[in-house]
Amino acid sequence: MSTAREDILDAVRRAAGREPLDSATRATLDARIAKPVRHLRPAFDEDLIARFIRKLESRSGTVARVAGRAQIPAAVETFRSAHSLAPRAAVGAGLKDLDWPADWIIHHQRAGIEETLSVSPAFAAIAETGTLMLLASPESPTTHNFVPDNQVVVLETARILRHFEDAWAALRERTGGMPRAVNLVSGPSRTADIEQTIQLGAHGPRRLHVVLVD
Amino acid sequence: MDIRSHEFQPRAVAALHDTSLQQAMDKARDGFVAKRAVQVAELSEFEALREAAKTLKDHVLDHLDHYLERYEAAVVAAGGQVHWARDDAEARRIILDICKRVDARTVTKGKSMVSEEIGLNTALIDAGLTVVETDLGEYIIQLAGEAPSHIIAPAVHKTREQVSDLFEKAHGGPRLTEIADLVDAARLALRERYFQADVGITGGNFLIAETGSSLIVTNEGNGDLTQTLARVHIVTAGIERVVPTLDDATLFLRLLARSATGQETETYTTISTGPKPADDLDGPEEYHVVLVDNGRSRMLAGPFREMLRCIRCGACMNHCPVYGAIGGHAYGWVYPGPMGSVLTPLIKGLDAAYDLPNACTLNGRCASVCPVKIPLPDLLRRLRHEQFKQSITPRRKRYALGAWRLLATRPKLYHALERLAARALAAIGGHAGRIRRLPGARGWTEARDLPAPQGRTFLERWQTERGQS
Repeated sequence: MSTAREDILDAVRRAAGREPLDSATRATLDARIAKPVRHLRPAFDEDLIARFIRKLESRSGTVARVAGRAQIPAAVETFRSAHSLAPRAAVGAGLKDLDWPADWIIHHQRAGIEETLSVSPAFAAIAETGTLMLLASPESPTTHNFVPDNQVVVLETARILRHFEDAWAALRERTGGMPRAVNLVSGPSRTADIEQTIQLGAHGPRRLHVVLVD
Repeated sequence: MDIRSHEFQPRAVAALHDTSLQQAMDKARDGFVAKRAVQVAELSEFEALREAAKTLKDHVLDHLDHYLERYEAAVVAAGGQVHWARDDAEARRIILDICKRVDARTVTKGKSMVSEEIGLNTALIDAGLTVVETDLGEYIIQLAGEAPSHIIAPAVHKTREQVSDLFEKAHGGPRLTEIADLVDAARLALRERYFQADVGITGGNFLIAETGSSLIVTNEGNGDLTQTLARVHIVTAGIERVVPTLDDATLFLRLLARSATGQETETYTTISTGPKPADDLDGPEEYHVVLVDNGRSRMLAGPFREMLRCIRCGACMNHCPVYGAIGGHAYGWVYPGPMGSVLTPLIKGLDAAYDLPNACTLNGRCASVCPVKIPLPDLLRRLRHEQFKQSITPRRKRYALGAWRLLATRPKLYHALERLAARALAAIGGHAGRIRRLPGARGWTEARDLPAPQGRTFLERWQTERGQS
């Protein structure tokens, strides 16, 4: 008895009116996978940092710029107190070394159902659309990006890339292969499912705040 | 899901008289069109991207077997499992088997049109599982016991008052009327479900051969909570969803959000690859992909191949005057509007959905906005032709078409009859120049008057006026 896999692949080949591809064609297609075709990309002249900020803010994200890594905890504290959040946070282990306020309760585990605030390190960002790129790892659990009401992401300005394709190139250069999840985040969670009215905080974070480190 | 496309006509009439539906559709229609127009105007490359996307999708379809094999190998290399389903029943069985093996009780679901296509929810519920739709729109219609009426906005046909009613019944407590409160109530109701879930099922907007990844886009983040928190993640996707590389997926992503919701990008785009690595702190223990054929390879062989380029954005229905007037439920199955009128007869059979290809004015708006340039009106016309050939078209209509053909191929006779008809109609129209009732065309004159010809045919006037100049 033939398997579903064989049946489907056979049907696809029959539709194309041919046998399995010859090895030369397969090699050409594999080369196309190994070295992606360069597609048309939206052109823009705008400064990458300015564009990233403008685009993210257009989707209700907020941005605070700081001069160096040492100032990250203070920037997060400003955000926390501005929204009267409890001094508790799930902090990605990638940011463990920072000097977090002594009276905070912080942990580096996955986010639990009661989590209200997370702080995660971004791998990169894409200026084209103002999008953050976070990679799942022990240093940056995926639940931090979706469970808490408030998501703070730390991003270095040097990591703001022009197009999505530049982000893929950076991903391929990185050791360790594909992370389990690549999260491209362009704002706080939203829905327009009731009468086309945009409402923030559908299931994911209600607020997205970026601490941009020069 | 059971097909009810044969009830199209009565359901369309009911839809036109449904005031809540008309109210909801009025709100939706212009929003989608206007938002898309703004995004398209802002991206000067949009037209060139459409052409490139069409070319790329055709390349993939030409070599689909190879890309599927490469994709499968990459999924396996990343620790995931690939299952192949020839049809809906096989897909349901595969998913049920996985659920049984992992002793699942609660299944959360991100929005997946393929899961609707294969009738998954009913099968899971019949097997004793608790199924929770997590997309807000899907959640609303699950509470209402209805099917989606739009492929990206499943509850577009519901008014806020109707959502208030549904939530009051499901959640108890005081009746909520503000949209913000309703969204919060759904958020609260679903939160625990994500954490309880044994299996999380999502669709896949794209499957990436390069990395063995599935890619989803959402605005709510529900798909991510679904696939991150459940013990087991199952992706359901049509076989045509595979693309060679991340760069190739990007080409489509630039078109998808703009065409679908009129956004530059959706809030969340997530690329998932395999199960949780040992050191990671979250993610599913198992990662499965169910590749569904269900008529697609058959489509690939014939004249409807171009339909497989579809990236499920919904722009065609947003711009369709028929869909805009009656909403999605009248179409009677999973996919409504122009793309649904092509897909439904192709997947469920020409005779199961006779009215759908005919419920179209061939105005062409759908084709003009399709991000992958599917010639939808041509495909609909072709389906009508197939229906005629297979004698599915009702006898009366076949005779009428046959008679018309007889005339249209005999110009002299045609023009003579046309002159006669123009004069007769002018006489019926009288001074008012309008015909209020016309035997044989009651369906048309019931709702409006027919403007009467003025006595001579276009051709007659053309000949006179040209002779004068």
